Amino acid sequence: MNPFFALLLRDIRLAVRAGGGAALALAFFACVVTLVPLGVGADMRLLARVAGGVLWVAAVLAALLALDRLFQADYEDGSLDLIVLSPLSLEVTALAKTAAHWLATGLPLTVLSALLAVLFDLSLKATGALVLSLLIGTPAVSAIGAVGAALTLSIRRGGLILPLIVLPLLAPAVIFGSGAVLAVQDGLANGALYFLAAFSLVSVVLSPFAAAASVRLNLAS
Amino acid sequence: MNLALEVRGLTCIRGQRALFRDLSFSLAAGRALALQGPNGAGKTSLLRLLAGFLRPAGGTICLRTDGAEVADAEERGKFIGWLAHQDAVKQQLGVREQLAFFTQLYGSGRDPEEAMRTFGLMPLAELPGQYLSAGQKRRLALARLQLSARPLWLLDEPLAALDSAGKKLVAETVTTHCASGGMVLAATHEDLGVECETLRLGAAR
Repeated sequence: MNPFFALLLRDIRLAVRAGGGAALALAFFACVVTLVPLGVGADMRLLARVAGGVLWVAAVLAALLALDRLFQADYEDGSLDLIVLSPLSLEVTALAKTAAHWLATGLPLTVLSALLAVLFDLSLKATGALVLSLLIGTPAVSAIGAVGAALTLSIRRGGLILPLIVLPLLAPAVIFGSGAVLAVQDGLANGALYFLAAFSLVSVVLSPFAAAASVRLNLAS
Repeated sequence: MNLALEVRGLTCIRGQRALFRDLSFSLAAGRALALQGPNGAGKTSLLRLLAGFLRPAGGTICLRTDGAEVADAEERGKFIGWLAHQDAVKQQLGVREQLAFFTQLYGSGRDPEEAMRTFGLMPLAELPGQYLSAGQKRRLALARLQLSARPLWLLDEPLAALDSAGKKLVAETVTTHCASGGMVLAATHEDLGVECETLRLGAAR
């Protein structure tokens, strides 16, 4: 197996095993999303209106839960040194870790969102738009999150600072993601998905470079 | 491959304190160098400088392969086998799993089973890292070092937590590695049990 897939597979394994955080993120997502209809009350029209926003915000927060350990766990036990010295460049390493995070967190969140949409009385078409927007948008969450994780890797309890760095940068994903659901509900042309796709693409392409630079900076200090 | 390491006028400053200044030494293929000095003398920092993690405040590190110079620090990293004082053992992954991953990551084509036999890890093959003792983790790290198939070994306290059989194993491994044209630089407080030169770093000022 080539080094990229070896690292990808190992990170997925670590994420799904005990203490890895993938299951935690999914459970967190389900809990938060379930609490909203309980808090807002049984106004079905209101719930359907806020569904896109709630599911998107919850998905971003849930993905962040599993993010802080992306580089930090390997940094703390010394594995990161060995990975840096491997034939993989740091940029490709960051990409592998981002992909592993998405496969272990973003993708399952997307699938779960289709089930949870029922709680909000979301129409089939709107649910389709929601799932599609999450499918397109969550890679950006993993990618931008990876930059934040790389920046905070040497900070104790960096997980607390991570959301402050990452959440403002993820505002476009939330805006276009929930916007895509609203557009379908209002019967408008769905341009939001294209913006979301562009945002996601740019994030995924650029973030490995930023993450690699952050890791270098942190290792050298 | 004929390797040579040459360090000239190396200065290391950590937290506005100079750990060492103007350090020069060289190491030829097939030789081992024991790095000694009191706590805080900069042994680990020197190893991290050589590995390219830290940047020197002054001086040059030059690695030559067959006369060609490897100038870039990141390029130099591709020649280095690394054993830090941390064992880099994953709690959730089994011993065999960790070694197989590492072999794939480094693409060295060596056999993890053989390394496990050498370092007495066979009975522990399926055991997750969290159940390993400190010495067993060290053996796992040593097996990984051998699997890296890199010529320049940088070792930080390789004998820590090992029993006497383990220490003998380290001496044998280092001897074999040197005999096959490799280089070893080991920061240690104990006697490596190998014929080698010694570089003493001064006390912290």
